[in-house]
Amino acid sequence: MSIRALIVDDSSVMRKIVDRSLRQAGIEISQTFEAGNGAEALTVLQDNRVDLILCDINMPVMDGLEFIKQLPTVENAKGVPVVMITTEGSEAHVVQALACGARGYIRKPFTADQVKEHVIPILAGKP
Amino acid sequence: MTSGAQPLISNNPHQAWLPMLELATQEVFELMLASHLTKPVTPAPEAAMNITGMVGLAGQLCGVLSIACDEKSAALMASKMLGIELDKVGPEIADALGEVCNMVAGNFKNKIPGLGDGCMLSPPSVITGNDYSIHSMAQTPALEVGFLFENMPIIVSVQVHS
Repeated sequence: MSIRALIVDDSSVMRKIVDRSLRQAGIEISQTFEAGNGAEALTVLQDNRVDLILCDINMPVMDGLEFIKQLPTVENAKGVPVVMITTEGSEAHVVQALACGARGYIRKPFTADQVKEHVIPILAGKP
Repeated sequence: MTSGAQPLISNNPHQAWLPMLELATQEVFELMLASHLTKPVTPAPEAAMNITGMVGLAGQLCGVLSIACDEKSAALMASKMLGIELDKVGPEIADALGEVCNMVAGNFKNKIPGLGDGCMLSPPSVITGNDYSIHSMAQTPALEVGFLFENMPIIVSVQVHS
């Protein structure tokens, strides 16, 4: 299965690393969209449908938690799983992200294997 | 680059954090850059450092974590992170060093019990140039550790304000 992914991170280097990690994890990507913050990501989603969103938390303009809170207002984003990829690694941050609607949580630094471990079950529709 | 920060001395109240700073840095370089950091035999001359990434810490721990190196080291970091040849690296250098700094800061604070929730990180900043000094208002000496990254020196330091 080929997917379309949206990667949201204020670092362009990190966006490329996440994209590469997805591909190294064996996930076939037909198209990658990138956004530098939550507001940009919402704009991308107004015109595009994606199958997976990977999102940082600490970003300027609109952070990752606010972004996933606003996702249900975007028709194209309904039901799209979000995985947080962030340096914020505390249990409280994980709980907060999951409460906001995230389906997974990956701490930076990370490996492609960790991306695979978190993302594949979500794409397979497992809870 | 010169630093107004005093190096670590034995009465530094945060000295116990030094192994965690070392481990946090090594993990980031191994996982994200596939590079094993080694310890230098002699301290690196600060004058050779012409690029510094910095991330502010606020909350239960206030201070600044910085990584200083020369531009070739920073370019190599970007090259390894992006998986491209060194001579293809362009303006991503500052972004890469800032992101390394961000990950080291996050990994470091997450290793200190109780700080994960109580300490926030600022977006990274990167300073470049051949003649600049960093002056800290902190009362305590800096935690500082030197490494060799692909045989090139880097200095990781945490200046704790409170």
